[in-house]
Amino acid sequence: MAEIVTTTADAPVPLRSLPMKTIKPLLREPRVVIAGGFLILLLLIAIFAPYIAPKDPLEQDLMLGNMPPVTSPGAEPGYYLGTDDLGRDVLSRVLYGSRIALTVAFVAASLSAIIGTLMGLAAGWYGGWADRIISRLVDIWMAFPPVLLSVLLVAVLGSGLHSVIAAIVIIDWTRFCRVVRAETMAQARLDYVMAAETIGFSRSHILWREILPNVAPVLIALVSLEMGIAVIVEAILSFVGLSLSSDIPTWGGMIAQGRQMIHQGWWVFVFPLIALFATVLAFNQLGNGLRKALDPVMRR
Amino acid sequence: MTASDLLNRLFMAVLTLLGVAVIVFCLLRIVPGDPIAMMISPSATPADIAALRAHYGLDLGLPQQFGIWFMDVLKGNFGTSISQRRDVMELIGERLPATLELAFAALVFGVLAGGVIATLGTLARRTALDPALDFINGLFLAVPDFVWALALVLLLGVFWPVFPLSGRIDPELSTYFHTNFYLIESLLTGKFSAFGDLIAHMVMPMLALGLPLAAIVVRTLKEALAEAMVQDYVLLARLKGMSPIRLVLQEALRNAVGPTLTLTGVQFTFMIGGTVIVERIFSYPGLGNMAIDAVINRDLPLIQGIVLTFGAIFILVNILVDLIAGWLNPRGAAHG
Repeated sequence: MAEIVTTTADAPVPLRSLPMKTIKPLLREPRVVIAGGFLILLLLIAIFAPYIAPKDPLEQDLMLGNMPPVTSPGAEPGYYLGTDDLGRDVLSRVLYGSRIALTVAFVAASLSAIIGTLMGLAAGWYGGWADRIISRLVDIWMAFPPVLLSVLLVAVLGSGLHSVIAAIVIIDWTRFCRVVRAETMAQARLDYVMAAETIGFSRSHILWREILPNVAPVLIALVSLEMGIAVIVEAILSFVGLSLSSDIPTWGGMIAQGRQMIHQGWWVFVFPLIALFATVLAFNQLGNGLRKALDPVMRR
Repeated sequence: MTASDLLNRLFMAVLTLLGVAVIVFCLLRIVPGDPIAMMISPSATPADIAALRAHYGLDLGLPQQFGIWFMDVLKGNFGTSISQRRDVMELIGERLPATLELAFAALVFGVLAGGVIATLGTLARRTALDPALDFINGLFLAVPDFVWALALVLLLGVFWPVFPLSGRIDPELSTYFHTNFYLIESLLTGKFSAFGDLIAHMVMPMLALGLPLAAIVVRTLKEALAEAMVQDYVLLARLKGMSPIRLVLQEALRNAVGPTLTLTGVQFTFMIGGTVIVERIFSYPGLGNMAIDAVINRDLPLIQGIVLTFGAIFILVNILVDLIAGWLNPRGAAHG
């Protein structure tokens, strides 16, 4: 019993009281500040890419193909990170690539979170046959290698941004479902739920107004981690040529292009890889930092 | 784990695999793009096309197609690959050993490297090394196999080209083998030059797959060791004057290995999935690389065969992990 009492006393701050009380511990977590700052900067770059990028990312100039970055001898002024084999500006393409990466990250992660949370809440709160069906479904999903399934789905749905997002959602809702189900079941055993039942709140009222806000902290951290995964999956699909057409600059597409001509020029390969790595690392560290800052048990 | 538990697990596994089969089958029937259109010559008449459709059973209804296909699968007949015009089972049989050798090499590397680092980290508790190790490991945990593979291409393939960038073996050496388990065969028959060449080709994909696993082993094992190090029996052994290294290796490790093993099993299934993209990056001729080609060629029988093979491996590994965990910790639920 002692364990339950301490858990309730330290229950995660429900998001209804979001203001300073929740934000302050977040700002004390260095990972949240640094990674969050980087991602806000990246978001600004994505939004204002047309104003920031020095060149048109699609403009070809075959006379200026394979120019090295400015630090190397023989560089062409104005092309800071060099050019690819078609003479397109690598810096501008990397900057524009953030648009696809962040679009996929936000849309795919939010949709997987919504679907997975609904399924997880249903399984964890109502139990019975709903739980049995949903859990079996998750088991079947987990028997697919995710990369193989995403390649398969994009083959089925056809390539393109919508398919990539749909593939990520179809695969990754299970991550949210499993965690939310377990968390809901844990919350359902706590005193405050019993109190709410005693007062006579309806089952659905308790689910949406009492349990969901308490599951939310875990969920937010998971969404951030999922965004990093979505960025990687998009890069993998672009890399094998199953995402967007090669006209639109994507980091994965640039890396694939750079992999083929790696002995002629490393820069087409390296800069999008650095952008990809930094973005994935930022989402990951933000997620872990949020999990630590929002989880009262880990905070101690 | 009792016999009825095991039967229950096996039954659930069969049910899951059946679910996988149904989903794969349904998914691939709605693929846009006609596989027949990709294999005919431009001069084919409509009658030729109809004959081909009938030959591959594509003119039947969906339930019949599934029925025929499923009975064949039970008999071990996965059909004929449309793009390669060869038996699917045969193709998988050629490629699977390459993937299994790679996955096991990565597993061994990940567990050994992770185990050694976790042990060293435990010995270095309360020194400046410990938080530094945790920080570096945190970064390693965030890097997925795809990024590792690309970084390795750059570091060990281009800037400091010590390992071959693609393939499994030098083509001149590959003709001497009787089985497709090149690595094992070359070792058993003493073909050490071929063995060395195979290892050199394997190092980069193995690192790409094994490093994320090592990072997870380090974290889990280090936590378990830290917990074990403050237990009474460890304190007693320390009072008796046992050296720190023996303390960790003999006393703590034995009790900390359980949770790590379970997690390693789960990670191993993810790693087998990771072989798909890593094999692609290094042009390693395994099952995953063939899977991507099959998808690009819309080769339905081959895709089905590969996905079912992967699904079966996944489920098999999960059962094995459960069995080993049950065997290591017979107290089971009572312990948790």
